[in-house]
Amino acid sequence: MKQIVALLCLAFFASVPMWLTDPYLLNALITTGIFIIGAMSLNLLLGFTGQLSLGHIAFFGIGAYVSALTSLGFDVPIYGDFHIVHVPWPPIAGFFLAILISGFCGYLVGRLSFSVRGAYFVIVTISFAEVVRLVALNWVELTQGPLALTNIPSITIGLPGLGYLVLKTKFHNYYLVLAVAAISYFLISRLVHSHYGRAMRGLMENETLAVAVGIDVTKTLTLAAVISAGIAGAAGSLYAHYIRIIDPDVFAFISTVTMVIMVVSGGKGSLAGPVVGGVIFGLLPVFLRPIMPPEAQWITYGVVLIVILFVMPRGIVPSLAAKLGLARAGGTRRASIAVSERTAEERA
Amino acid sequence: MDQLLQHVVNMLVLGGTYALLGIGLTLIFGIMNVVNFTHGILYTFGAYMMFIVVHQLGLNFFLALPVAIVAGWLLGAVIEITLLRPLRGADIDTTMLVMIGAWIAMQSGALWIWGGVAKSIDNPFPDAPLVIGPVSVSWLRLFVLFAAALLIVLAYSLINLTKLGKAMRATFQDSDTAALMGVNVSLIYTSTFAIGSSLAAAAGALLGPVYVVFPQMGDLAAVKAFAIVILGGLGNITGAVIGGFILALAEELGAGYVSSGYRDAMGFLIIIMVLIFKPTGLFARAERVG
Repeated sequence: MKQIVALLCLAFFASVPMWLTDPYLLNALITTGIFIIGAMSLNLLLGFTGQLSLGHIAFFGIGAYVSALTSLGFDVPIYGDFHIVHVPWPPIAGFFLAILISGFCGYLVGRLSFSVRGAYFVIVTISFAEVVRLVALNWVELTQGPLALTNIPSITIGLPGLGYLVLKTKFHNYYLVLAVAAISYFLISRLVHSHYGRAMRGLMENETLAVAVGIDVTKTLTLAAVISAGIAGAAGSLYAHYIRIIDPDVFAFISTVTMVIMVVSGGKGSLAGPVVGGVIFGLLPVFLRPIMPPEAQWITYGVVLIVILFVMPRGIVPSLAAKLGLARAGGTRRASIAVSERTAEERA
Repeated sequence: MDQLLQHVVNMLVLGGTYALLGIGLTLIFGIMNVVNFTHGILYTFGAYMMFIVVHQLGLNFFLALPVAIVAGWLLGAVIEITLLRPLRGADIDTTMLVMIGAWIAMQSGALWIWGGVAKSIDNPFPDAPLVIGPVSVSWLRLFVLFAAALLIVLAYSLINLTKLGKAMRATFQDSDTAALMGVNVSLIYTSTFAIGSSLAAAAGALLGPVYVVFPQMGDLAAVKAFAIVILGGLGNITGAVIGGFILALAEELGAGYVSSGYRDAMGFLIIIMVLIFKPTGLFARAERVG
């Protein structure tokens, strides 16, 4: 049943460029799609392991910079006459390198920061993202600093016997983003339904009990962090090759907040949540733009976030599912137990 | 050596205001267990209050500081009553996200009202700095240092000598027992948040005339406040004061001897290092506030 709905949604999204020709709306859909991929990867951490990472944009940004630098090449002086020179590689190689390096950064951050929990984990992740941003801003030889990396080439795919397909137009990029989003969705869904996924949820609901039954906490959390960071890196790479110019502003804290809003409003811990929340919050600016100035849009953003947390603390998808009676009885009960336990822990 | 002395003097001036920010946040974080993302916007708010009183109302510079502190206290109380009181007992992530929402809305509001252009605030002090041997410090910065020191002492006395302070300390130790003993815990939460907010506003009002005032100025201040709280230990006021000065010293030395571009990275590096190697903070979590 769920699979049919997912496939129908995919078919609907695939049909969009056939009937939607407005380039502004298509552009909004592509950037929204890229952020939805980021939100899905964040949901893996926030929704399935309960760790709120507010530095998630770091992996997105690292992916964007790695991919851009791989395809542009660079010449960085390290010490005296010693330079590191890299000749441009095809963008598709940058895409895969972005996933690898972001994933590796996820591994490092995970290993180091999962020793702290709750508010402290949040603050470590924010700090990590800000340090990365300051490096991108100050290491001018490599990143051009605030001057930005420009003329990033579009992704090219070699088709056997047909030559090369340059994914330059919005039409092409839409399908590229949709394909990556679908693959990420599938991957995350397989992961959370696997042995590891159960271990993650076990940790989120009762860490002490999970440890007692033999779940390796650090290994499980690090695995989630690596996959989550890798997918965020892929999204960053798509962003770099679509927008074709990146500067240290890709690390802006507000972008992490956007992803968190998408996940929390859609429903954390629900696979469809980030997609629903992402479509709503990604397209909200499109509808608000004609009627209010940008500052007022952000005020609306903040107020909507607060209202959602007050009215539907579990998010749109789980709340609707509960109303429609689709949620498995066990699912809702488990969630409420998890919440009461966490509040008990906070009080202690 | 001369350069080092100058850095130490700068550190003292900066450290005093950082300590104010840190005390405010450590009270809120420690007593209410709320990760307060609006702390930075209260700092911005204090600086803008200073701007309004001095430039738009044309009143005295020294009158502006108490006005900013009272305004910060009021805004803090309003935030607590409207947003946090209904969420008592909610999980920490929820209140944190609500605070983020409030921060985005308020910062955009500041941008809308006052625009993005940085504003400077005039001060009545002579332009020529006070020069003692190799060290020079402006009169304005000296005033900032003394005002900050005075406010730190006031905050200390409030928490250690008054009945309200005693109730706050009791709530920090055990809110249930405090409630049983007749402490109005809800009122204590509101007072804590209001006092913490007024200290943030005071820090903004003091540093506003030293630097320039713009809507995003509080973002970095908030992160620095978190660094100070983590450094000093949750709920530890003495720790927050020492943490404020350590952060200021790290920034001064980082900017002076490494690269000025990485000045603001010091706070983040401190957070990461402390949490990795000594997650309880240098001075451990206080068993009691004070």
